[in-house]
Amino acid sequence: MHNHDHDADAHSLIAEDPELSFYAKRAAAIEALLIEKGMVTADNIRRRIEIMDSRTPAVGAQVVAKAWVDPDFRTRLLANAKAAVAELDIEVESPNLVAVENTVGIHNVIVCTLCSCYPTVLLGASPGWYKSLEYRARVVVDARGVLREFGLELDEEVQVRVYDSTAEMRYIVIPQRPDGTEHMSEEELAALITRDSMIGVARARTPAGEMES
Amino acid sequence: MTARFKVGACIRVRRDITSGHRRTPGYIQGKTGTIAAIWGTFPNPESRAYGGDGLPEQVLYLVSFNQNHVWEQYKAPLKDKLFIDIFEHWLKPA
Repeated sequence: MHNHDHDADAHSLIAEDPELSFYAKRAAAIEALLIEKGMVTADNIRRRIEIMDSRTPAVGAQVVAKAWVDPDFRTRLLANAKAAVAELDIEVESPNLVAVENTVGIHNVIVCTLCSCYPTVLLGASPGWYKSLEYRARVVVDARGVLREFGLELDEEVQVRVYDSTAEMRYIVIPQRPDGTEHMSEEELAALITRDSMIGVARARTPAGEMES
Repeated sequence: MTARFKVGACIRVRRDITSGHRRTPGYIQGKTGTIAAIWGTFPNPESRAYGGDGLPEQVLYLVSFNQNHVWEQYKAPLKDKLFIDIFEHWLKPA
């Protein structure tokens, strides 16, 4: 419970914890106020965290695998990703979702230079490097150089498209379907579709690529 | 609210908006690009950041830029592109 009398125990606990940053303290204070004012409950917050933590790149892989095997779904996904993923019972709250497709001639990669916007509904929590100043600052200026450092060398003929998600839309990359996967089921294909391939810093894995790191 | 710019229109990003919570990165201000898509209207986050109501809603566009125009020193192939979401109040005809 939080009250405006000085609660020496609660406050000294925060002050004495050297691990708690300024922002962590501020978040804790805001959380306590929101609960005190009856705007949310502790269980609401716990449930939201539980939902956020339940999201993983497997959700995105399921969407991409379906787009690979179902041309009509692929068309709907590219036209309106939010509506298309709803068909798979994936609910996208605000903000909106946009799928961009890698082809023989186009390679897409996503970033948020202003903060760290990320398609969490399909990929879960973002990797640390995605939030790093270095990735965010460099990928817009030198995408090919950054991709090379990720082990992805692109031909000069390929057009590189960087998507800087600065507003209400979240982007996800549909990687190219690897050759030699024609016989594979949707579930088998989904195992080839990694988080990084949906950010655009890698290709989807190939069936023969089990030795790849 | 109807969109002021059509897909394919050439625009220039304003750079005369003062500092504060801004959704248009500094590196793209002053650059010219092309409207690639119109996403619809959304509450203005630059108003909401200061306790405002976000009204009037602003049209949000996807704008494409040529990398070699954004970065003078860009050495990679000329066809490489940068796409950014930009609200209408940041755009003027090029």
